[in-house]
Amino acid sequence: MSVELGHFALILAFCLTLPQAFFGLAGAVYRKPHWIALTRNAVVGHFVLTAVSFACLMHAFYVNDFSVLYVAQNSNSELPTIYRLAATWGAHEGSLLLWLLAQATWTLAVSIFSRSIPDVVTSRVLGVLGLISAGFALFILTTSSPFERLWPAAVDGRDLNPLLQDPGLIIHPPMQYIGYIGMSVPFAFAVAAMLEGKLDSVWARWVRPWTNVAWVFLTCGITLGSWWAYYELGWGGWWFWDAVENASFMPWLVGTALIHSLAVTEKRGLFKSWTLLLSITAFSLSVLGTFLVRSGVVESVHAFASDPGRGLFILTFLGLCAGSALGLYAWRAPLFRTNTGFAPVSRESFLLINNVLLVGATLLILLGTLYPMFLDALNLGKISVGPPYFDIAFLIPMLPMVVLLAPGMHAGWKKADFGRTKGLLLVLLAVSVVAGIALALVAYGWHSVMTVIGFSLAFWVGLSALVDPVSRLRKGHSLSAGVIGMSVAHFGLAVFVLGVATTQSYRQEMDLSLRPGQTAELSGFQFTMTKLSDVKGPNYEATEAEIRITRDGKEIAVLHPQKRIYRVQKNPMTEAGIDSGLTRHLLVSMGEPLGDGSWSLRLQYKPMVRFIWMGAFTMALGGLIAAFDRRYRKRVTADDAVAAADVKTV
Amino acid sequence: MLRYLIPVGLLAALVAFFFVGLGRDKQTLPSPLLGKPAPAFSLPRVDDPTQTVSNKDFAGQPYVLNVWATWCVGCRQEHDALLAIAARGEVPIVGLNWKDERDLAQQWLRELGNPYVVTAFDQEGRVAIDWGVYGAPETFLVDSAGNVIHKHVAPLTVEIWEREFLPLLKQQAVSR
Repeated sequence: MSVELGHFALILAFCLTLPQAFFGLAGAVYRKPHWIALTRNAVVGHFVLTAVSFACLMHAFYVNDFSVLYVAQNSNSELPTIYRLAATWGAHEGSLLLWLLAQATWTLAVSIFSRSIPDVVTSRVLGVLGLISAGFALFILTTSSPFERLWPAAVDGRDLNPLLQDPGLIIHPPMQYIGYIGMSVPFAFAVAAMLEGKLDSVWARWVRPWTNVAWVFLTCGITLGSWWAYYELGWGGWWFWDAVENASFMPWLVGTALIHSLAVTEKRGLFKSWTLLLSITAFSLSVLGTFLVRSGVVESVHAFASDPGRGLFILTFLGLCAGSALGLYAWRAPLFRTNTGFAPVSRESFLLINNVLLVGATLLILLGTLYPMFLDALNLGKISVGPPYFDIAFLIPMLPMVVLLAPGMHAGWKKADFGRTKGLLLVLLAVSVVAGIALALVAYGWHSVMTVIGFSLAFWVGLSALVDPVSRLRKGHSLSAGVIGMSVAHFGLAVFVLGVATTQSYRQEMDLSLRPGQTAELSGFQFTMTKLSDVKGPNYEATEAEIRITRDGKEIAVLHPQKRIYRVQKNPMTEAGIDSGLTRHLLVSMGEPLGDGSWSLRLQYKPMVRFIWMGAFTMALGGLIAAFDRRYRKRVTADDAVAAADVKTV
Repeated sequence: MLRYLIPVGLLAALVAFFFVGLGRDKQTLPSPLLGKPAPAFSLPRVDDPTQTVSNKDFAGQPYVLNVWATWCVGCRQEHDALLAIAARGEVPIVGLNWKDERDLAQQWLRELGNPYVVTAFDQEGRVAIDWGVYGAPETFLVDSAGNVIHKHVAPLTVEIWEREFLPLLKQQAVSR
């Protein structure tokens, strides 16, 4: 019975998005407080119903209801309970329901935490979010219902894709979706501002915390995805420039640009139409990502069951959503032109360059992702664009961006006077270059100029990020959460750059065959296979090797890499053994049995690889700190208070 | 101000391209094998390792290839349906025993009844890879010209047989 309840709840949830959209938008136009109140109620109702619907599906997984097609396709009675629950979002239909739940949660959050924002504005925002929810709910109901029954019921399920049977699956997709869909909030604020024809620094102050939090989730989602791919795919790579990774990375880049552009809009009332455009683009790229993943137009290791019907729906949705917003932009953006200028050397210029470079990187990635498809559509043959293109295309705009980040952080608004900070910056630069060369030579040995550049940039950005708050304190300014967050995030970027530069320059790997008793050496570590054994998991069988790692006779670690065969789907899976130290990872992954009792193995030495994810999480932490700046919670200006009061009296 | 129209113009171009891309994929998506010649195989028989079975044995006539294994619960579930379909004698059913143990497979056929005219023993799963098998049970319909014309994933029932397989078989008979 339970999935029918879930289906019914979902239909009702869809129905509630319509009054949410109508009364939200119309209530703001006709200034009717009770319509606006009705909108908020619809938001709560929609959230509760979506949550009920999701809980019903999860329950079907929990009780192994194999009369539900989606459960039968993605679960199995032998699957451990935690993965049965996580399997709810393990495939297309359920993950969309999770997506809708994330959207409902964001909408509810906007409705609750918008006390400092005039009701009319909130009402418009909720109305726009209602339209988006309506689209996604309709998408699930018409093309991707997870509630379909299977008759006759299956005796047992076909099991969850073994790749997804991992703690990473439990948290990576929800984080990712919350981040993706969170970008709908700045989108909705942008549309609301264009409808109203009013955009000022107060508006920017409303949008900034929401953008930050969405960006934080997206950052965590992408980082977790990278970490998961690293240890679960067993190849030891941390980023593959796969179409789906790109799809998640593009909204992140534009979101990053948006955060910086919003800063200018708030502080100086500039870049207004640019900020609007970025708000629209960030969310549109999220939807585009969904389209790429679910429609089957691009090949990817993340292949969801693809279906052109679904693709057509999302494409239409993307066209309507982004098309109407950009149409509105073409009509309204001229309103937001400003005549205030800024000097060529100023905080504004640095942030403008930051934006241009981030958006440029996004376009290059978009081009690389879609290029094979364009060629195919023009009948010019099938090709694939690989990491060599992306590595370079991404590095070209990112290098100058990281170089300019440090002076940008220290530049003043309007017109930067580097007179006082020039000396400090030059000292920092010299220290960074020396430290970069020293690290390359002393710790790891000469590799290439790029390595030294990478190291020096890491020190350059990291030191500047640490010095900035100190010099502010010296000048007698107090530190706001916004400033601390900025420093933390930029320091995270430095940690990330250091991790990438070291790993890419000094990683070592070796493919070889070992039999029990044999030893191999890599980067000064001795790897000895001490035994091979068969292991039985809950739903898989595995061959497990025991690898003892020593260095100069001292034992470092004992690893247990496995080669698993999952019983139901018969997929072989490599479970790498990883010894994770702070400054290096040692990985052992098993290949194939070679018949004579030996196995092919891949040994890898990855220096500083952990810094990549630590840096990314630090960036997220910075974004989170900045989102809680006190000024975002302050009541609105007198002017807006009047507008709000107007509504109450009508 | 024309420049404010640029973003919406770019979007329109992008959507148009995707629309074309989507149209193209429609033809290739369902199953790469449909309409193509069935992958050739030659495997030992499950009941007698000294004899082989190959799809050449069925050249010129339609047949059904059913992928099964003793570890597969769905296969046990569909077994009665397979027996019923086999009893109708409309088309020979060839078994492909997949990643299994020979004695277990023989015991299964003895105890549950044998719907197959012959069963091939694919212990390594190599033939199944050629056929694009994702999991068991899967059932393929091959026409008299040797082309795969239908694929069913999940347990077969008599109802599904009559709805999806029989019409295709009848078409075959008419066009011949």
